Amino acid sequence: MSEAEATVVILSLKVALAAIVFGIVPAFAVAWLLARGRFRGKSLLQAVITLPLVLPPVVTGYGLLILFGTHGPLGSLLENAFGIVFAFRWTGAALAAAVMAFPLMVRPIQLSIEAADVGLEDAARTLGASRAMTFLTVLLPLALPGVIAGAILGFARAVGEFGATITFVANIPGQTQTMSLAIYSLLQSPTGDAAALRLILLSIALCAVAIIASEWFARRLARKRS
Amino acid sequence: MGVLEVSVTGQAGEFRLAADFEAGSGITALFGHSGAGKTTILKMIAGMTRPQAGRIVADGRVLFDSASGIDLAPARRQIGFVFQDGRLFPHLSVRRNLTYARWAGKRDATRPFGEVVALLGLKEHLDRSPATLSGGERQRVALGRALLSDPAILLMDEPLSSLDQARRLDILPYVEAIRDETRIPIVYVSHDIDEVARLADTVVVLEKGRMLAAGAAAEIFGRLDLGDTLGRQEAGALIEATVMAVDPRYGVAEIDVDGARLELVGEGFAAGEAVRLRIRARDVALALEAQEGLSIRNQLPCAIEEIANAGPAFVEVALRLGGQRLRARITRKSADEMAIARGRQVVALLKAVSVERRVARRRRPPQ
Repeated sequence: MSEAEATVVILSLKVALAAIVFGIVPAFAVAWLLARGRFRGKSLLQAVITLPLVLPPVVTGYGLLILFGTHGPLGSLLENAFGIVFAFRWTGAALAAAVMAFPLMVRPIQLSIEAADVGLEDAARTLGASRAMTFLTVLLPLALPGVIAGAILGFARAVGEFGATITFVANIPGQTQTMSLAIYSLLQSPTGDAAALRLILLSIALCAVAIIASEWFARRLARKRS
Repeated sequence: MGVLEVSVTGQAGEFRLAADFEAGSGITALFGHSGAGKTTILKMIAGMTRPQAGRIVADGRVLFDSASGIDLAPARRQIGFVFQDGRLFPHLSVRRNLTYARWAGKRDATRPFGEVVALLGLKEHLDRSPATLSGGERQRVALGRALLSDPAILLMDEPLSSLDQARRLDILPYVEAIRDETRIPIVYVSHDIDEVARLADTVVVLEKGRMLAAGAAAEIFGRLDLGDTLGRQEAGALIEATVMAVDPRYGVAEIDVDGARLELVGEGFAAGEAVRLRIRARDVALALEAQEGLSIRNQLPCAIEEIANAGPAFVEVALRLGGQRLRARITRKSADEMAIARGRQVVALLKAVSVERRVARRRRPPQ
């Protein structure tokens, strides 16, 4: 692996991991609301969450640019309040990846929470467990397979993100040029085919490792429970 | 041990619920058809459903009081709950399930773990996963888990209804062992008259959210006005009795009921043993005087206490036998021809085989 390739791979992993790490908690919260909540506008929430899945990624990227760009309402607010900048930074690529991966993270978690018997939480409460303890010892372990599945799916989506990223934070080598963007750039140049192929093989290997690891983890979890 | 006082109103499905009873030591059965509001009452006691108004006190601790705005969280009520479906945590071993109240609920002052495991025969199952347990084993773990949560009161919501008949008979002795060993008041919901006859010290009869009757088990089973709720065919009196002698040659036991003598066929009786008998009304015939030359061996002189119609063709007769009450169900035609009336002395005839010992139990030692 050349230094340039290493830069691309590390940046891709950094972006995808950041997207999952920061996305999984809100994804769990939204999944819980959708699975257990009883409120008006629930189907609206479901629709908004699913939107990035059906919209052209370019549209999502443009939306992010409008909202989180340097002059966007949220972008300027975050910069002034916390000094967080998304525009043309790797953080922006992570945000784009998180938004695109969000519906894929929410769905499996939502299904696993729906499958977890609320009665078990009632039982935990009668045994003296506080709400927080009930969550930690009953709901979270029961929903764990869904969380893992969501994280894996989200990770895969985040690593492959292209349209929203290039629209939102452009294609800046070393800053926002993730694997898909680098492959795209190489394919644009007449001499880049071989280098592109190397990156393509690398990305396949990366995803294969992620999937095997998750399978192993899921099987270990299932064995522990039977 | 303490007492549970319940006085609540609320909504149970489509019915308005109103319940007002006390549960002391021993087993209080909430009996009624499904949908009568039995489970809702348990949920109100445990804090899973909020009553519209009322007051719930356990062991002197106010758990709920609409007047003063008290509504303790379920985690702080110390009410053990045994659910119909067990509700064991599938991701935890039997041991971790049993000790859940300790490590997750911070209930430290629980009875010794080993004692409960021995009482419920769970020793060899501790490291198993709930998914591999049989239905009966699962309910035993559920009983143990509730016991180990240091409960002031134990609530059991039809804990046997998910089991087949043979398993039920296996589990019943464990419920009785908990009653006798721990002395924790138990509120036991059931729609099974056999279970109630066997277990209950006190019975609360519910119908469509209303309390029809509450009182000692023998008193409730002796009442003629609860016919449809208690079941016409199954209606029968509960009699507390003592085994006097056993005749192994004939397989017959001689039983004392407040001075009157009964003969029962059945195995496993021991002299001196206290038993509870259930004598179905349909198994009792009446005669005006003692008969001779009958194969029926039990003839008990008693006085008619009460007569009630039971449909167009039958009447139910309540009979005083010593300090207890026997019931007979005879045709209205017989009743008219025999000129049966309140206060009249008659002889109750019951076949030895009609007395079932399967509802028998040891009487608890005096406290």
